[in-house]
Amino acid sequence: MSGQRTNSYLKIRGLTKKFGRFTALSDVELDVDEGEFVCFLGPSGCGKTTLLRAIAGLDIQTYGQIEQAGKDISDLPPSERDFGIVFQSYALFPNLTIAKNIAYGLENEGHRKSDILKRVTELLDLVGMPDQSDKYPSQLSGGQQQRVALARAIAISPGLLLLDEPLSALDAKVRVKLRGEIKDLQEKLGVTTIMVTHDQEEALTMADRIVVINEGVIEQVGTPEEIYHTPATQFVADFIGTMNFLPANAIGKAAMNDLKVRIGDIELDCDYDEQLLGKQVLASIRPEDVVVGNNHDPADRNVIEVKIDNIEFLGAFGRATLSSTQLGAVRFMADFSANLMRAEKISRGMTISVSLPSQSIRVYAI
Amino acid sequence: MTMEIVKAKTSRDDKQMLGFMLIIVCYLVVALALPLYAILSKSFKNHDGDFIGFANYLEYFSTPALTYSIQNSLTISILTMVISVTVAFILAYALNRSCMRFKSVFKVIALVPILVPSLLPGIALVYLFGQQGMIKSLLMGYEIYGPIGIVISEVFFTLPHALIIITTALSIADSRLYEAADSLKTSKIKTFFTVTLPGARYGLISAAFVVFTLTITDFGAPKVIGGGYNVLATDIYKQVVGQQNFEMGAVVSLVLLLPAAVAFFVDRLVQRKQVAVLSAKAVALEPKPNKAFDLVMLGYCLLVAVFILGILFTCQYAALVEFYPYNLTLGFTNYQFDLMDGGGWDSFYNSLELASWTAVIGTIMVFLGAYMVEKGKGFNMGRGLFQFLAMLPMAVPGLVLGLAYIFFFNSPNNPLGFLYHTMGILVISTVTHFYTVSHLTAITALKQMDREFESVAASLKAPFHRTFRKITVPVCLPAILDISIYLFVNAMTTVSAVVFLYGPHTNLASVAVLNMDDAGDIAPAAAMGMMIFYTNAVVRILHGFLTRGVLKKTQLWRIR
Repeated sequence: MSGQRTNSYLKIRGLTKKFGRFTALSDVELDVDEGEFVCFLGPSGCGKTTLLRAIAGLDIQTYGQIEQAGKDISDLPPSERDFGIVFQSYALFPNLTIAKNIAYGLENEGHRKSDILKRVTELLDLVGMPDQSDKYPSQLSGGQQQRVALARAIAISPGLLLLDEPLSALDAKVRVKLRGEIKDLQEKLGVTTIMVTHDQEEALTMADRIVVINEGVIEQVGTPEEIYHTPATQFVADFIGTMNFLPANAIGKAAMNDLKVRIGDIELDCDYDEQLLGKQVLASIRPEDVVVGNNHDPADRNVIEVKIDNIEFLGAFGRATLSSTQLGAVRFMADFSANLMRAEKISRGMTISVSLPSQSIRVYAI
Repeated sequence: MTMEIVKAKTSRDDKQMLGFMLIIVCYLVVALALPLYAILSKSFKNHDGDFIGFANYLEYFSTPALTYSIQNSLTISILTMVISVTVAFILAYALNRSCMRFKSVFKVIALVPILVPSLLPGIALVYLFGQQGMIKSLLMGYEIYGPIGIVISEVFFTLPHALIIITTALSIADSRLYEAADSLKTSKIKTFFTVTLPGARYGLISAAFVVFTLTITDFGAPKVIGGGYNVLATDIYKQVVGQQNFEMGAVVSLVLLLPAAVAFFVDRLVQRKQVAVLSAKAVALEPKPNKAFDLVMLGYCLLVAVFILGILFTCQYAALVEFYPYNLTLGFTNYQFDLMDGGGWDSFYNSLELASWTAVIGTIMVFLGAYMVEKGKGFNMGRGLFQFLAMLPMAVPGLVLGLAYIFFFNSPNNPLGFLYHTMGILVISTVTHFYTVSHLTAITALKQMDREFESVAASLKAPFHRTFRKITVPVCLPAILDISIYLFVNAMTTVSAVVFLYGPHTNLASVAVLNMDDAGDIAPAAAMGMMIFYTNAVVRILHGFLTRGVLKKTQLWRIR
C-alpha cells in the first residue's frame, strides 16, 4: 500500500477496530505528512469515521499503533491528544455566544482575558464573521455555524485538525463556497488536516491526498489525479466518477508487448498486468474519455462504429448510450460536450465512429 | 504478527467521573439494595430471627383472610386500569385531536390530582357518598366503603399519570397516514381503528401498566375508603402497625412486590418499542374543526373536570364546615391541627422541610448520577449495575421500601441506625422511592444533547466538570427544574414509604391526614390534605414562573 512514508507527522500501523464480531477497520496502514490535507473517502459504513475517531481517541482501536509528531498516542484519551475537531452537527455549545464558543478552549489554557478577546476577534475575522461575536449559534445559518465550529477548533492551534463530514449538513451552494474557504484557511495555517467525507467532489477538490476506504480496508491512497485517472481497484474506479465496465477477455502476447482485450468481436489495444492474460476481465473507460469524430489516427486500432441509442441531457454535456452489433449485448456510455454535439449534429439514432484510446482503458481482474 | 489489544488509558476526567458514579452506586446499594435484602431475609425468619425457610409463606398462603387480599388487589387494580385508561384516552383524544375550546384549562385541571395525596379523594367520597353523604342516593343503595370507593379514588389518583403517557403517544401522530387514509376514502371510524389506535398502542399499554402498578401499590385510598375490603397494601400496614408482625409484613410485601415488578418490567419492554415509533420522521397532525365532535369532546372534558374539581371542592368544603352535617357554618376550626392527634402544624412544616431537602438533594444526586452514567467511559459493569439500581425503585412499592428500611436501619448492628426516625431517613427514603422517574427524565434530557459536546470539550482540553457546569447544566436546566418539582410534590403527598419511618418529631402532613382520618377527625384530615394541595399548587406556579424566568435569562439561545 502506498500509504506508508518515512518521517511523517501521523503514522498509523496495523490499526484494526472491532465492534463485537464486526470488523470496522482491518489492518490500516497510513502516513500523513505535516501540513498535508488528507481526505478519507468512502461509502457510508466503510469505516472512515471510525478511523477518524480512533485518531482522535474517541473510540480507541482494538489493535494497532498511532503515532503523532513522533509520540505514541495509541492508548491516550482524547484530552491528552493534540487535535481540534469539527463535526457534521457543528456541536456548538448552544447556551454560549459565538465568542464564548471560540474562547472555550483558550480559557482552558489559562490565557489572559484580553489576549483571549484579541484571539477571538482574530479568529472571527479569519473565518469571515466579524461583528457576530454576541450572537448565539441558533441565530446563525448552518454555514456560519460551521465557520464558528472551525474557528473554535483552530483556536487552540492544534497540531492536527479533524473534520468529520463538516459540509454534509449544508446546502449545495454553501457547501461549494465553504469548501474553498476551508481549503484556503488550511493552506494559510498549514495545519495537518484530515477530513472525512462521502462526497467525492469534496475530496477531489480539497485534498492533497485521498484515502479511499471500503469495508474497513484502504483501497487506494493517492493524489486526486491518481485516484481519478489511475484507480487501483475496481471499487475505486466505480466509486469515483462514472465508469464503463465492459466484460472482456485478456488476450495477446506479452513478449511482443501486444496486449489486448476482446469484447464481443472487437479487440482493443490496452495495457495491463501480464498476469491477467488469458483471463476473464473487466475493461473500463470513463465516458468522457471516449473520443468522437472522423479524424482518428489511422494507427489507432481502437476505433469502432457505434449507434447512439439514447442521449441523456445533463446540461453542459450529453451522456450517450452507445451500442454496436460487434459488441453484442454490451453497451457503454460516452459524454459529449454540448459544443461537440452542436458542431457534429449528434443526435439519437445516428451511427458514428468513436475511439477508445488505449491509455484510457484500465483492466481489472474479476 | 503480534496482536496486542490496545487498552485505553483512563484520563483524570474518567477517573473522577467514575468516582462520582461509584459514590452514587454506593448510595443506591445502601438505600435500596441492602434494605431490600433485609426484607427478603426477614420473610424467611421467625420472631427470634431464626431461619425457618418458607414457613412464613406457608402460613400466609394457608390463611384465607390474607390470601383473599391478593384477589381483591388484582380486582381493584384491573378495574382501575380499564376505567382510568379509557377515561384518560378519551381525554387525551379530546385535548390532542379536537378543536374544542379551553384545552389548556382542562389540561391544568386534569393534572391536579398529582398535587394531592391519594388519601384525599377517599375523604371526599366519604362526604359525598358516606352514611350522611351529600349525594348518597346517586349510589342507589350501594356502599361507598369498599371496592367502589377504592376504584373511584384510584381513578382520580391515576388519571393524570395515564393522561401524560397517552398524550405523548397521541401527539406523535403522523398526519401523512391520515391523509393517505383520507385519500383512500376510509371512513373516520375505520381510520380511528386502523391508524389512531395502533399508533397509540404502546402508549396505551404503558399507561395500563403504570395505572396497574400505582393502584396495586397504593395504600392511601384503600386505607381511607376501603372499609372491610382488604388489599395487599393495607395488609402490610395492618401486619406491621396493627399486629407488630414484621415477618408476615415482609411476606405480604414480597407478595406485593411480585405483580408490581412484573408490571414494571413488561412496561420497560414496551417502552423500548415506543422509542422506535418516536424516531420515525413524521409530519405533525393538526386537528381540523368539526362542530359536533368538538362539542361532544367539550362536554366530556367538562364531565371529567366536574369529577376532579368536585372531589377537591368537597374536601375544601368539608374542611371549612364546623361540624358536618349538624353545623354547616363555615370557619377554620378544623385547621387547629395542634388540637388533634397527628402531629399538628409541625407535621406540615416537617413536610415542607422534607420536600425541600428531597428536591435539592434528590435533584443534585439524580442529575449527577445520570450524567456520570451517560457521559462517562469505561467500567461497563458498574454502569450496568447503576442503571439497574436506578430503575429498581419504580418496581418497589413505597410500603415495601418503608418496611425494608425498618428492617435495615433499625437493626441493632447497623452503624447507620442513628438515622432512624430522623428527617435524614425520610429524605433518603423519599429520594430513593422517586428515583426512577427523575433518573429517566435526566437521562432523556442528556440524550437530547449533541453527543459530540463531550468530544469537542475533550479536544479543547476542558475538564469534564467545566463542561458540566458551563454547558450541560444550563442546557438541561428545564429538565433539572422538572425533576426538582416532581420530587417536591411527591415528597409532600407520599404516605407509603414514610408511614413506617417518621418519628415523634418528624411527623408529616400526609401521614397526619392518614392518622387524623383514622382517628375519626375526617374534617381536619381534609383540611390538612388541602394544605398539601395548596402548597403544591403554589410551588407548581412558582416553578412555572421560575422556569420561565430562568429560560428568559439563561436560555436566550433557545429563541431564534
